[in-house]
Amino acid sequence: MSDLVVAVLGKYNYWLYIILMMIGIYAMIAKKNLIKKLVGMNIFQTSIILFYVSIGCKKGGTIPILEHSPGHHMVEPAHYINPLPHVLMLTAIVVSVSTFGVALALALKIYRKHKTLEEDEILMQLRPE
Amino acid sequence: MIWELDLVILILVIIAAIGAIQVKDLLGCAILFGAYSFLMCLLWAIMGAVDVSFTEASVGAGVSTVFFVAAVFRTTRRTKD
Amino acid sequence: MKAIGLIIVVLVGALLLYSTEDFPSWGDPASPASVHVAAHHLKKAIPETSVPNVVTAVLADYRGYDTMFETSVIFCAGLGCFVLLRLFKKRDDDSYYRHVATGITLHIKKDKIPDASSEFERIDTLWTPYDLIVKNVCRILAPFVQLFALYVIAHGHHSPGGGFQGGVILGASVILIAISHDMRTALGRISEKTVHILMAVGVLIYSGIGALCILMGRNFLDYAALSRILFTDKIEARSLGIFGVEVGVGITVMAVMISIYNNLSSEGRQDEGL
Repeated sequence: MSDLVVAVLGKYNYWLYIILMMIGIYAMIAKKNLIKKLVGMNIFQTSIILFYVSIGCKKGGTIPILEHSPGHHMVEPAHYINPLPHVLMLTAIVVSVSTFGVALALALKIYRKHKTLEEDEILMQLRPE
Repeated sequence: MIWELDLVILILVIIAAIGAIQVKDLLGCAILFGAYSFLMCLLWAIMGAVDVSFTEASVGAGVSTVFFVAAVFRTTRRTKD
Repeated sequence: MKAIGLIIVVLVGALLLYSTEDFPSWGDPASPASVHVAAHHLKKAIPETSVPNVVTAVLADYRGYDTMFETSVIFCAGLGCFVLLRLFKKRDDDSYYRHVATGITLHIKKDKIPDASSEFERIDTLWTPYDLIVKNVCRILAPFVQLFALYVIAHGHHSPGGGFQGGVILGASVILIAISHDMRTALGRISEKTVHILMAVGVLIYSGIGALCILMGRNFLDYAALSRILFTDKIEARSLGIFGVEVGVGITVMAVMISIYNNLSSEGRQDEGL
């Protein structure tokens, strides 16, 4: 019984991340509105970033900003949270907002031409009579 | 790192995500998406990723929501699903 | 489509949930990701670069190439938004003016547009009421937001922050002016041409510092080469090189955020915004 409790406490975070990821991918597949698809894409993106950041997390660790004193002593890496995933994901967030801007620009172009953002209505207009 | 707080915020994040893709109004979707980003930033602050949560607070909850509202303003609020 | 989507999502989700069995348990200090390279960065950050915030040290020094091309991606996104949306045709509707002293709105037919004067102020076609409180509070707030952004860029060595965050906050202060007043005011402060020059200047500063390191006889983006022109030792030179790179990143990010907002909110006309 206690093994099961340990397994659940160690893994439930990952399960919730996967649920979040699946919400994003479902919105990308099933929603017909283009902006809703973009929201799904962003949810998917953030859940992957969340997963990466959680890899670097350490129980009992502190934030990765070291003490800077003249006679600095040896740093014990086990006491600090792993900074490497943070670096990778920090740039990914800023890139994600600029790609979101480009995607919204494309949606604006589509709206200017077809006067709608619904996928099925755009397909109806594109279909030859 | 307090696991009760972590669990509560994770569940709130999932509720905000479901709300953002289910709501029938794109302006409401924009605001719920901003709330989702801000809750995500809290989650990263709890995990000790201070730089990432700072970036998300300024980018995801700030500028990204503004872009979203601007795009909705120039297109339409209507959505069928 | 909904049913197919749901089936796919459930299957993929089940597969991923099954695969979590092999992960190390959450927050385990001995997980493979945390023992090899990260330990090296944590130990060597202060002796090699004298930057206490390890995230900044790794971002701009150890992984300098990565950040340089991420900055280029942001620059390309800004250019893409510009190419997709920008319209150079003037809107040929009628225009609206407001008499500053009395607040009377004038509707003026085209061809009869008066010269700019201090008595009349051009307003947007989607007319919003004049709000004294919102305008003045945002105008007073903007310099403090900008000061905070500069602090975030400059103090990124010792506290959370750096070029990306500071650049976004700087851009947000200009967007705040554009929302609370109108887009013409914001474009009067920082014109479209300036924004696009700044977009390129940021990337140029970053890659220029890298190229300078080659000229001084070291590898690309090895800031220790700058110690001869900065008159410091190699460790301090790395710290100052990181600062220069962060400034470049901040300039590009600020300009791209302003450019994307201007193009999105005015549909590429850049005359009147939200």
